[in-house]
This record gives sequence, structure tokens and C-alpha cells, in this order.
Amino acid sequence: MALSTVLETPVAGFDFENAARNAALEGLLEKGQAPKPLKTGTTIAGVVFKDGVVLGADTRATSSEVVADKMCAKIHYIAPNIYCCGAGTAADTEKTTDLLSSNLTIFSLNSGRNPRVVMAINILQDMLYRYKGHIGANLILGGVDCTGNHLYTVGPYGSVNKVPYLSMGSGDLAALGILEDRFKSDMQLEEAKDLVRDAIHAGIMCDLGSGNNIDICVITKQGVDYIRPYQESEYVDNRKRQYKYRPGTTPVLTEKIVPLKLEVVEQTTQQMDSA
Amino acid sequence: MFLHTLNTRGLRSQLKDSVPVAGLCPQGTYGVQDTLRGGFTSVKNELLPSHPLELSEKNFKLNQEKMNLSTLRNIQGLHAPLKLQMEYRAARQIQRLPFLQSSNLAVDTLQGSDEYIGFEDILNDPAQSEMMGEPHIMVEYKLGLL
Repeated sequence: MALSTVLETPVAGFDFENAARNAALEGLLEKGQAPKPLKTGTTIAGVVFKDGVVLGADTRATSSEVVADKMCAKIHYIAPNIYCCGAGTAADTEKTTDLLSSNLTIFSLNSGRNPRVVMAINILQDMLYRYKGHIGANLILGGVDCTGNHLYTVGPYGSVNKVPYLSMGSGDLAALGILEDRFKSDMQLEEAKDLVRDAIHAGIMCDLGSGNNIDICVITKQGVDYIRPYQESEYVDNRKRQYKYRPGTTPVLTEKIVPLKLEVVEQTTQQMDSA
Repeated sequence: MFLHTLNTRGLRSQLKDSVPVAGLCPQGTYGVQDTLRGGFTSVKNELLPSHPLELSEKNFKLNQEKMNLSTLRNIQGLHAPLKLQMEYRAARQIQRLPFLQSSNLAVDTLQGSDEYIGFEDILNDPAQSEMMGEPHIMVEYKLGLL
């Protein structure tokens, strides 16, 4: 049905028509609370070591007070040599990193080069600054390119920091304590993996929004090692997914067979022409 | 197509780029509220806050263009933005009628948005919009006759 109030085709992109309606609804609902989006409430950390970058994350996604996802993947692929950990609103981090990854793929197909980490950071910064913090994505970007090993953080309002070790999310203070204590420049691989594991573990122990398993991603010039999970939590889920039992598991007490009496009501034959 | 030769900047269409401000700019011609098409006026509807990003998103591309062209003018002189704008205006006229989907291929190539994926490619695709416009009214609006 064609509407006579539609004078122009709608513009693609974000549509703000429900903003006024949401403001009115918030006034009408008791306590004026709109439903909250799914946040990741996370601990993510990253460390630059001698041959590359190690990124670590927990795997819990919360929706207010309920754990919504116990095996959430918070380390997102951006490019073959760049990975990104995301904290904040889960949908925002997913979509932003997806868009970033698509744009970098287009770039590398056009120019034939591997993208650099600074490019990813500049694109992210422009995108997040444009939306003035309404896209709630706190990201830790780490990668290895021709200029070296880099670790950056981008905040939701578009702020960028380049640092050798880093943690973000609701458990960042706990993780930062471990990192500050034991970080040295030019560590070896095993030392760096242990440091990141301990930092995420501290976040899991001391923060309600982080928990379950620990994922680790090691990026070096030779390639990427995405270890998921690096360490599983001690509280394993023992529920069986299948509830089929073999016949004879429970004893049969009595058996009664009632034959169904059927009478032929009508019989017709239809010729099939198989030509 | 004869649409190019007619004046497409009628009185009504000049107001269509603004976001409604309370009481100042009713949507009808001559500044009077068009009750048949727009519904009854309600100051409360216009006073309620729209999203803080609405205005800045509406004009984002335009402002970026203006900024880039003015930097270009300062660096390279008047000829550079002049030639680019001339090409852009020529490409912008290659459109189908208002109620049909235009591919905008020339404009996309000039602005580089054929090699960039943003939220405008994922969200609110006009080809899948739920509301359809009346073709005659859309053409009249574009010509400024409405």
C-alpha cells in the first residue's frame, strides 16, 4: 500500500524515528528503566613481547545480573596479522570489528599489501568519534606488521592510546595490578602467555562480570595462534545434552497388546501413465 | 529526462532539509501546518528531544565534503574544488525517477564510497523499506509543485 505521507525514499544508515517514542515509554514504565542491552562486563588484556603481541580475554557475557553466554568469543579477527579484543556492549563491538575487518580486506585486495595496525586504529577512531560515544565499544587492538609489534586501545568516544601492556573492561583494575607488577620489556613467549593468563585470572577472581574460561591469542610475524580455551574454569557444566536411554534401562512390568480392527470402506484403482 | 530542465528547488522542497523545531517551521506550504498530510500540530511532539545524534548524522557527509573542499581550496587554489564539484553535480543528475531505486554508481565512484562499507550499507536498506511512497506525490515533491 502506498502511503501519501512518504515524500522521499528513506536515507540508509541509522534511523532515529523511535528516539521520541523511547523517551515517552521510559516516562511511562515504572522506575523509568528501559531494558538494558547485552554488555560483556569483561576482563581483556594485552602484552607486547619480544616477537609479537599476546592478547587475552575471559569468556563471560552478562545481561544485567544474568550470565547470558558462558563461551563468548571476545577476541575478534580483523586481518591475518591483527586481532582485537572487545569490551562494552557486545553487539557494538561485534559490528564495529566486522566493519573494520571488511574495510581492511577491501584495502588489501585493492593495494595488494597487508594492512598496518595504524590504519585499523585510524578507521576505528574516526568511526567511534563520529557517533560521540553512543557506540559502546572499548577495544584493545594488537598486531604485527612491517613496522613492528603494536598494541593500541580505543575508547568509545574515540580516544587512542599506544602502550606496551594494557587491560580494559570491568575487571581491568585487577588485571592491571598483575601486569604492572610483572611486566618487563622484551619477554619470551611463555613468560608473556603466563603473565596474560595470570592477569585475566585475577580479573575473573575479583570481578563479577568476568568469568568462565580464558582465551589467548598470540600474534607473531610467523602467524597467529588462537588458543580457545587456553584454560577452562574448574566449574564444568555436567548436564547431558542427550536424554535418550537404551531399551531395557527401566524394567517392563506388564504388557498389553490391543489389535486395531480396520474395515475396508472403499477401494479405487488409478491408472498411472508411465510414458 | 525533462525533470532536469524544470526548477526542482520549489518553496516546499527548500524546507525539507531542516529538522523540525518547535512551533517555528510547520511542514506545510507558506508555513501553515498541512493537517491533511501531516496530522494535527502538537507542541509537545516537537518539544520532546530527538536523539542527540540526529542532526549531526543528517549533515555529516555534507560537512565532511565542505571541510575537504575548503582545505583543497586553500592548498591548491580555486580550480581544484571547482572541477571536483562540477563532476559531482553532473554525476548527481544521473538518477531514476524519485520513487525508483537509483544505483548512484557515478556518485559512489567519485566519492570513494564504492570501496568503503559503513553503517549505511547495512542498516535501513531503502530497497527493503516497509513503507512505499505514492509515485505521483513523490515526483510532485521533487519538482517542488507540492
